[in-house]
Amino acid sequence: MGRYVIRRLGQMVVVLFGATVVLFCCLFVLPGDPVGSLGGDKARDPAVVEQLRERYGLNDPLPVQYGNFVKNLAQGDLGEDFTQRRPVTEILQPKLVNTAELAITAIVIDIVIGLLAGLVAALFRYSFWDVLITLLTTMAVGFPSFVIGMVLQKAFVVELPWFPLISDGTVNSLILPAFTLAILDAALVARLMRGTMLEVLRADYVKTAIAKGLPRRTVLFKHVMRNSIIPVVTYLGISFGTLLGGALITEAIFNWDGIGLALVQAVQQQNNPIIIGVVSFGVAVFVLLNLIVDLLYAVLDPRIRLA
Amino acid sequence: MSELTKSTAGAGPAQTAPAAPAEPAIARVTQWGEIRHRFLANKLAVIGLVLVALLFLVAIFAPLLSPHDPYAQDLTNTLQGPGGDHLLGTDALGRDQLSRILYGSRIAVVVGLASIFLACVIGIAVGALAGYFGRGTDSVLMRIADVFFAFPLLIGAIVIIIVMGRGVTPVIISLAVFSWPTVSRLLRSSILSVREADYVLAARALGANTRRIILRHILPNSIAAVMAYAAFNVGGAIVAEASLSFLGVGVSPEVPEWGNMLAAAKDFMGVKDYLWTYPSIAIVLTVLGFVFVGDGLRDALDPKLR
Repeated sequence: MGRYVIRRLGQMVVVLFGATVVLFCCLFVLPGDPVGSLGGDKARDPAVVEQLRERYGLNDPLPVQYGNFVKNLAQGDLGEDFTQRRPVTEILQPKLVNTAELAITAIVIDIVIGLLAGLVAALFRYSFWDVLITLLTTMAVGFPSFVIGMVLQKAFVVELPWFPLISDGTVNSLILPAFTLAILDAALVARLMRGTMLEVLRADYVKTAIAKGLPRRTVLFKHVMRNSIIPVVTYLGISFGTLLGGALITEAIFNWDGIGLALVQAVQQQNNPIIIGVVSFGVAVFVLLNLIVDLLYAVLDPRIRLA
Repeated sequence: MSELTKSTAGAGPAQTAPAAPAEPAIARVTQWGEIRHRFLANKLAVIGLVLVALLFLVAIFAPLLSPHDPYAQDLTNTLQGPGGDHLLGTDALGRDQLSRILYGSRIAVVVGLASIFLACVIGIAVGALAGYFGRGTDSVLMRIADVFFAFPLLIGAIVIIIVMGRGVTPVIISLAVFSWPTVSRLLRSSILSVREADYVLAARALGANTRRIILRHILPNSIAAVMAYAAFNVGGAIVAEASLSFLGVGVSPEVPEWGNMLAAAKDFMGVKDYLWTYPSIAIVLTVLGFVFVGDGLRDALDPKLR
């Protein structure tokens, strides 16, 4: 186990290194001058451009620039952003809290709705509820999040004025974006849960447990649930990593002040430091959560030996 | 069953040839016949196929089907509700909604197919090399795949678009660049299980070279997962493309495209709802079509999978 963790950490470092190279190449090396749009009309004055290039270190040789880029990134120093001249970390921190709030709420909804629906569908196979859940989860895959978001807005803001159209920071304004984010994953979790549970229910050890007279509840929670939950944990872990990286669409629809919205706005303003901050954070979280999920695997299923 | 006999009959000419080469030809044809039979027996898959076929027809014949020019603005006729000359109404610039939805199918089809095709080409090449050669080649190629896998799709796509600018080609490339690792991983793991199969050992014993073993024996037997992935994910690619346009970083805003239409309609929420409902229906039907075909294909190619 220890050796496995070390090897995976090594791989993670390699992946993060590769990601910084990709990012650096895209934003620094390839055509397009980050200073071009900076400072409005004044930037067209060659002296000002030169001063700005010097200020942001754009005149250094590329390897030096890359070295500085990685060094600063590793120290969590993302520099100043181009429009407000404030440290990027300071700008992104409150937005990150907002995004995390949204992502955690969405994951909780996924777990509650997804697990329950999958459980009911598997336990009462071919019943009315199973058919309904299977139908709904199949359909849900076809609904992109912007369509879900707009349908929810129409239903619960326009027709039934229960929630605000645009987030105002209250718990009430969290509900619709969280559901928009959660519906697709909840459907996929339900499908996954149903599939694995049907398999587990057929397993010999479940038959044995029932045959030796264990109470149904014990069989369900100790034998069936614990074994069906493993793929779901994997899926949710990876999905959470993606959500934390910024729920771009949902944040855009509901004007949710998270890092996803910050990224989209930064792209429009060509505000590279913010872009770098959000993208590298998204990648790092995603890679880290993948590792955690893999390690959780071994805890949840002792049959899996990591080597 | 009729499928099976029809397929065998289709291989008729081969039977007139000498017996030895005819044998494998018949076997291969009947296998595809069986897959087709299983696919067509699946109601959802057939519905999906009909939806996808409709989408292709609309995309091809959009100029004939559209009552108006999708770019033509009519500033005296803006935000007209559905009905009359404009069946689905007009947008804020007086452009005909129906025509724009019909033309939008072209972007969806082109981006969906091209980006997944590109992702499959890269993914299959990398996955096949990694899976077959193993060891160092495998580690290096898979770490490269990990790097691209580590970018969430939309975020990665935005980075590429920052470099290349907006437009159809940048969108296709940006989606493919961050989609191929999934194909590689699928193919690699399925090759790892096929590689040790007896028929591969037999082929090697008979003196087949590496190229032949990969192309003739390993790939055909491990490609099922990739094909199902491809069909399923054309829908996903179309959603991603519309999402990019919705965020204002996809194709240019004047282009008739579903994500663009929804982004513009967002401001009229609750006031002019026809502006977002019809493009939404177009996207949902399109994505469901590809999802049903993908599911059906997966079940038909390998009944053991579910």
